[in-house]
Amino acid sequence: MRIVVALLLLLLSLAPVHAVAPDEVLDDPALETRARALSAGLRCMVCQNQSIDDSDAPLARDLRILLRERLVAGDSDEEVIAFLVDRYGEFILLRPQFNLKTALLWLAPAILLVVGAIIAFGVFRRRRPVAVSGLSGDEEAELQRILSDGKNG
Amino acid sequence: MIAELGHFALILALVLAVVQSVLPFWGAMTDDRRLIAVAGPAAVTQFLLVGLSFAALVHAYIVSDFSVLNVVENSHSQKPLLYKITGTWGNHEGSMLLWVLILALFGAMVAAFGRNLPDRLKALVLAVQAWIASAFLLFVLLTSNPFIRLNPAPIEGNDLNPVLQDIGLAVHPPLLYLGYVGCSIAFAFAIAALIDGRIDAAWARWVRPWTLAAWMFLTLGIAMGSYWAYYELGWGGFWFWDPVENASLMPWLAATALLHSAIVMEKREALKIWTVLLAILAFSLSLLGTFLVRSGVLTSVHTFASDPTRGVFILAILCVFIGGGLSLFAFRATRLAPGGVFAPISREGALILNNLFLTVLAAVVLTGTLYPLVLEALTGARISVGAPFFNLIFIPLAVPLLIIVPFGPMLAWKRGDLRAASERLFAAFGAAILAAAVSAWLAGMDDVLALFGVALAFWLIVGALSELAFRVKLGRAPVAESFRRLAGMPRSAFGTTLAHAGVGVTVLGLVAATTWASEDILTMKAGDTVEVASRTLKLDGFQQRAGPNYAETVARFTVYDGGAAVAVMEPSKRNFAARQTMTTEAAITTFGLSQLYISLGDITPESAVTVRVFWKPLVTLIWLGAVVMAIGGILSLSDRRLRVGAPKPARRTVAAPAE
Repeated sequence: MRIVVALLLLLLSLAPVHAVAPDEVLDDPALETRARALSAGLRCMVCQNQSIDDSDAPLARDLRILLRERLVAGDSDEEVIAFLVDRYGEFILLRPQFNLKTALLWLAPAILLVVGAIIAFGVFRRRRPVAVSGLSGDEEAELQRILSDGKNG
Repeated sequence: MIAELGHFALILALVLAVVQSVLPFWGAMTDDRRLIAVAGPAAVTQFLLVGLSFAALVHAYIVSDFSVLNVVENSHSQKPLLYKITGTWGNHEGSMLLWVLILALFGAMVAAFGRNLPDRLKALVLAVQAWIASAFLLFVLLTSNPFIRLNPAPIEGNDLNPVLQDIGLAVHPPLLYLGYVGCSIAFAFAIAALIDGRIDAAWARWVRPWTLAAWMFLTLGIAMGSYWAYYELGWGGFWFWDPVENASLMPWLAATALLHSAIVMEKREALKIWTVLLAILAFSLSLLGTFLVRSGVLTSVHTFASDPTRGVFILAILCVFIGGGLSLFAFRATRLAPGGVFAPISREGALILNNLFLTVLAAVVLTGTLYPLVLEALTGARISVGAPFFNLIFIPLAVPLLIIVPFGPMLAWKRGDLRAASERLFAAFGAAILAAAVSAWLAGMDDVLALFGVALAFWLIVGALSELAFRVKLGRAPVAESFRRLAGMPRSAFGTTLAHAGVGVTVLGLVAATTWASEDILTMKAGDTVEVASRTLKLDGFQQRAGPNYAETVARFTVYDGGAAVAVMEPSKRNFAARQTMTTEAAITTFGLSQLYISLGDITPESAVTVRVFWKPLVTLIWLGAVVMAIGGILSLSDRRLRVGAPKPARRTVAAPAE
């Protein structure tokens, strides 16, 4: 299934290194946790759908180090993201921002759920069983007569 | 010579597929019995021919016939026999041939096992099946021919991508293709019903086993692929929301929905139109998956443009079948009369909710996967839609669906009693609360969502078992009586229980392995130790070894638990000379249901190595859950009531006086 990914990975990592290398890890555990969380949401732009946290590519390593430098310098998570988007474009975000271009992407699930619910509701209304008392006494008798006719005939 | 034989057999298969596309269809339209009778033998012969062709290609791989271009590009004489064989479908051309082979196999199975189908319906189904086969045979022959010769023949081949030299390649693609292509049968039945303009409960009974089989293979194929990625790619992940994975998840979601709506149709003659639409959608998503993976469109819109023939060809097939199927649906669906009535709170109502959520989930995966491609093609803007997006949208939509799963089987058809159903699920609710409390005691309250996830998993598992307990009157009747009832239960009832419980098992694995996993990244030298999940890991040293077509550096670790050595783990780095590539082989040891996972990074000249050690609690449950689901499928499939064509005798007695 991940043949394409694997192929690309191989192309990109002829001398494979590890995703996060020990020398990258920050001394401050709180900062490191933030760095890991942030890098899981950032795309390694030369890879096929991989975050920089997972990727072996040299670019991913550079980005991980850059990101940690910004964190050490005291940037907030939002500032780091803004800095990277400014530099590399929205493509770097694995979770796209909500804007005009991505409105349909973000709203599609809600729209579909509402439309689907309306259709389902319509089905329920159409299919609601008729009240059991729908037949009058005469009709019941008529029904019985037809049913017994059917059995005999 | 044998390659030419394979090539020739493939051309013959195409000719036969065209015959099978036209004659039985014409026969069904004009009520010509002789033409209708062509369908069965044509389908079986077509399968034999494609089988012969496939065997010829496998033969070329086994004997390393380097005068065949496809073998040169993907094989090597030093490769172990198993990988020579599996390498047959480890490339574009071979995998398309496998796809066609499985398509022909399903056609032949309909011909062989569909003896109880009405001849006319069978002829139509096989004709539609042959339309698909013709299109794909033409695709293989014109754009992806694996039998092209090379002159002069090189002495050695380029070898198979080392990542693919794994038992996973032997199992994963065939399973997945069985699932994808199995959906084509439901599609063929739907198209046949639309052409015929007639559809009833019997139709659903015929379609359900095929859908169930396809669903089972998809379930196993996806799980197998996930486990393969987990141990082979070396960073411990099991699902990446990669477009290629999404391509297999979408048909799975649609097939799951179809499976459930077909039950409503079979039992209550309701949701006919919707079931037909789902059958078309499930196969459309399978075709889309094939297109996404095979056209190269995923890597980038630009690669698509640089090698357009294949992509455009599959896109054309896609448009013809999806567009054609949906148009036919639009024109003919109104002729299908809607069936039985029911109240919102009923088994039907629950199954409609199930379908609503599953369809929306499939649509979410679809939009997320295609949105960046479409946006780039239309505006040139490049965005990424990855795991953080899917997790954020998919999980909140999946949770309500999972919550209602145990209610479904507890509600009666037509009009259910929600209060009675809730009372019967009291034990499941208690188990869920208890499980969450125990997890909180063990792991702390830090992650409330994870505790909720554990509760949900137990709600599903115990909820599924509660249904069984209710049906055998456990605790409400003498034990002997319950046992007697249990023995008398149809197998499909156990199938439902297992499939639903399996979902819970997978959920538990997912929650535990993502929340409570630990990861250590460190540099180690021989003699160094590290503590992981109350065990001690010691790096004993390094060793060089030679494999059949690679050389590897192995790091030997011993795992100590309370001073005693409990396991030896040997992760390695392999160097494949033919392709000049390195792979990382992770070492995995299973403790109970959890796994210790070691993968190696760089080895420095000073004999220090970068090591990534993961502890993945309950991770095996993710895949075991899928296996449990598939066993549920097998049980259901083996139920006598579900076997194809139970209604035939009745038809015959009705038809007899006319002759």
